[in-house]
Amino acid sequence: MHIGKYIDLVHRTEEDLVKAFKLVANAHGDEVDVYQTCMLLSSWSQKLADEIEVFAKKYKEERDEEPDRLTQTLLKKTRKGGMALLRDLHDLYLIVSEVEVCCTILKQGATGLRDKELVASCEEVERQTKRQLSWLTTRMKSAAPQTLIVAE
Amino acid sequence: MQETRNSINNIWGERTPYRGKWPVRVDQRVCEEPDKWVQSACVLCSNGCGIDIGVKDGKMVGVRGRKEDVVNFGRLGPKGLHGWVANNSKDRLTKPLIRKNGKLEEASWDEAMELIVKKSKEIIEKQTSLGIGFYTSGQLFLEEYYTLGVLGKAGLGTPHMDGNTRLCTATAAAALKISFGSDGQPGSYSDLDTTDCILHFGHNIASQQTVLWMRILDRLAGPNPPKIIVIDPRKTFTAEKATVHLAPKPGTNVPVMNGLLNLIIEAGHINKEYINAHTVGFEDLKKIVSKWPPERVEEVTGVPASKLREAAHILGTTKSLVSSVLQGVYQSMQATAAAVQINNLHLIRGLIGIEGSGIYQMNGQPTSQNTRECGADGDLPGFRNWGNKEHVQQLADLWNVELDKIPHWSPPTHAMQIWRFAETGSIKMLWISGTNPAVSMPELSRVRKILQKEDLFVIAQDAFHTETTRYADVVLPAAIWGEKTGCYTNVGRTVHISHKAIEPPGEAKSDLDIFIDYSRRMGFKDKDGTGLIKWNTAEEAFEAWKECTRGRPCDYTGMSYAKLTGGAGIQWPCNEKYPDGTPHIYTDGVFNTASDYCEAYGHDFDTGAAVTEEEYKAIDPKGKAFLKGADYVPPHEVPDEEYPLWLTTGRLVYHFHTRTKTGRSKDLQDAAPDGYVQISEQDATKYGIAEGDMLEVTSRRGKVVEPAKIGGIEPGTVFIPFHYGSWDNDDRPRAANELTITEWDAVSKQPHFKYAAVKINKTNGFLHKVSDVFDTIKDKFKQEEA
Repeated sequence: MHIGKYIDLVHRTEEDLVKAFKLVANAHGDEVDVYQTCMLLSSWSQKLADEIEVFAKKYKEERDEEPDRLTQTLLKKTRKGGMALLRDLHDLYLIVSEVEVCCTILKQGATGLRDKELVASCEEVERQTKRQLSWLTTRMKSAAPQTLIVAE
Repeated sequence: MQETRNSINNIWGERTPYRGKWPVRVDQRVCEEPDKWVQSACVLCSNGCGIDIGVKDGKMVGVRGRKEDVVNFGRLGPKGLHGWVANNSKDRLTKPLIRKNGKLEEASWDEAMELIVKKSKEIIEKQTSLGIGFYTSGQLFLEEYYTLGVLGKAGLGTPHMDGNTRLCTATAAAALKISFGSDGQPGSYSDLDTTDCILHFGHNIASQQTVLWMRILDRLAGPNPPKIIVIDPRKTFTAEKATVHLAPKPGTNVPVMNGLLNLIIEAGHINKEYINAHTVGFEDLKKIVSKWPPERVEEVTGVPASKLREAAHILGTTKSLVSSVLQGVYQSMQATAAAVQINNLHLIRGLIGIEGSGIYQMNGQPTSQNTRECGADGDLPGFRNWGNKEHVQQLADLWNVELDKIPHWSPPTHAMQIWRFAETGSIKMLWISGTNPAVSMPELSRVRKILQKEDLFVIAQDAFHTETTRYADVVLPAAIWGEKTGCYTNVGRTVHISHKAIEPPGEAKSDLDIFIDYSRRMGFKDKDGTGLIKWNTAEEAFEAWKECTRGRPCDYTGMSYAKLTGGAGIQWPCNEKYPDGTPHIYTDGVFNTASDYCEAYGHDFDTGAAVTEEEYKAIDPKGKAFLKGADYVPPHEVPDEEYPLWLTTGRLVYHFHTRTKTGRSKDLQDAAPDGYVQISEQDATKYGIAEGDMLEVTSRRGKVVEPAKIGGIEPGTVFIPFHYGSWDNDDRPRAANELTITEWDAVSKQPHFKYAAVKINKTNGFLHKVSDVFDTIKDKFKQEEA
């Protein structure tokens, strides 16, 4: 059984997100709403990571030998300025999307195992992930025209 | 001076006890017998009282309340009775000014406007119109906002337009949109005439809407008086009359409301039939509020569980209910989420759309409703939805421009973001009309820095020199109330006409004329090559606006200048179906939430994320109202060891905004001559402070020096009124917004003025030192003004 592998993936990516949201918050502290919302979304990811961790023990989290494909390359260093903000939000979007995909797959396994608790946790991850993506989309859309057209 | 009453000493005047029909009481104050009276409405709060302006030999000599007006039946408050003298001030701006070699110098209108046009064109060439932003007001007239909205959206095509209404009423609009699908107050002031219960949430109505409070005082003095519930951390005039007063800690409005809703639902005091027929989301709301038993509410908010129970019992059993919400909610943490809980309360009890029951998501300023309606706050005119292509197309057709000319690719840029773009340099021109951000915005040191930026061209359009005009590159002298004709709408959807009574001073021009002039000089055209702005007068602008509202919730098509002249104000919608206007909307329980009609698709309370068209269509409530719950999110800044006290800010009964008008009335100014810091007896003892001691109040963003005023506030919290800047007294820093925080509500984008962590020190010999620091700044101002 390899479900532990996907539990690990969701768990680890959420933990990456806890850090990633904080990193972006601090890099763009002058954008007050970005700072505050990223800190909030970081705390959501922490909660989700904790929730999934329970199942890691239950199913023996199986460490994926592959390196984190996304977080290895995304958000490695902090950047400043309008274009950097857009790129950072864009990177966050990709990492959150990674959770979304992992969770879709994990939920299939959980459903097959009739593990109601794990299904419920997956649904919570899906719900919060959707809210994170939704904010990132809204914020990128409002920042994009000014950044792409006007900013120096 | 002849006056029917002394409104300075007795703010609300003699009682006329009643239940049913509010009796007439005409308040009047004139310095000479007028030779004519000119119909208008008061512009010194959002209440919108009918007022007549007395004129003698072409000069304003006084005012009287209009006895036939449904808003006030003749009454006026202290600001209304006194504020008019500002029109006659000797220090009005009478000529355009242009900054040359660092100094503002008199110029002709041609020079000033050509400079603005030249700058605009240069910026558009390099940055597109995204380099231009507008920051307007809650003080202009409907015709002016609409003209500004059209030239901004269809002329320039910039999404960067907002008003200072962002600071005062953005949450009112956001809360109404979230619950009911569009802006627009469900009730009518006449609900107060019969209601059994009134709830004031973060709203010190006794000071802010004095005439509306007279109506309540008269009910309290009459038969079957209503019960009053007040939620406010301060013991205000309003709270003194409360049956139950809940005084929560700053930033804890949502837990208080969740606690109340939980008790009401648990007790079964809900209208299940109404909930099933007319709302969606009840189970989710119930789930969220069920986590807030009274004991937990007490722990978080400081409101005793027994008091919460008492309030919940009254709110759960009253047969009718009028609620009002204002800045204590709108300018605090989780603003929109908290305001929406009032809508939820009325919905779960089915107390909406019927006589005696109404919701007032109040406004702060007299014409802020129009800023919202006309699209001068960034929303699309006529409560149209920027996310709905068909709505945008309706405007494109009406204005005869291409759809893509109108910015609709993302939410319109809110004020705080406009200022941020100016700070980071991508907005190069900021046109400020009828407002004074250098006193009214949060974190003033930052605002001053932005206004002083070399690469930012600042236009200030005002009637007086203000703290803001000091930094302007061009100052345009504006005509104000009484000097021009136009309409405006109060918080109760009541539209009044205000006729021109006197000529503006010197070369001052109406904002309408200035905007039309700019549009013509810029050469804004429609698709057929004819001028974009097709009107020259206020009445023609009103007719154009009527067309824009056709079929929308704020339908004005049944009104005209003739119809508005002579009698009382008229409540929209006013059209073929409702030729005399409409006291209540949503009488049939059908709300404006249908996906093709709604003004917004909604937002996530916690993040502000916009719901997309597809997502909304999937849950299309088709006319049912939304019940939306919210869990508690603690404030971002809380008192700590270094800054151990909460600061909250607010208004005083005698002043309006930054006192540009009320500060020029000697009587109002003498009644409230200076700022102060209000502190509890307990804290005063702890710090060894006596009444009148000069205190230095410091936050992470700045400091002020204020005399102490002891009592009337919860321990741990201090209050400073926000009116006082430096235009008439720059001896010491005293603007409350030196201390406030740059942050805003995720949904309404309204800044959080109601909490900040501060520390206090007795100044003793220190005051002198502080003055020295500010002397250097003072010198700088003096140079600029010289």
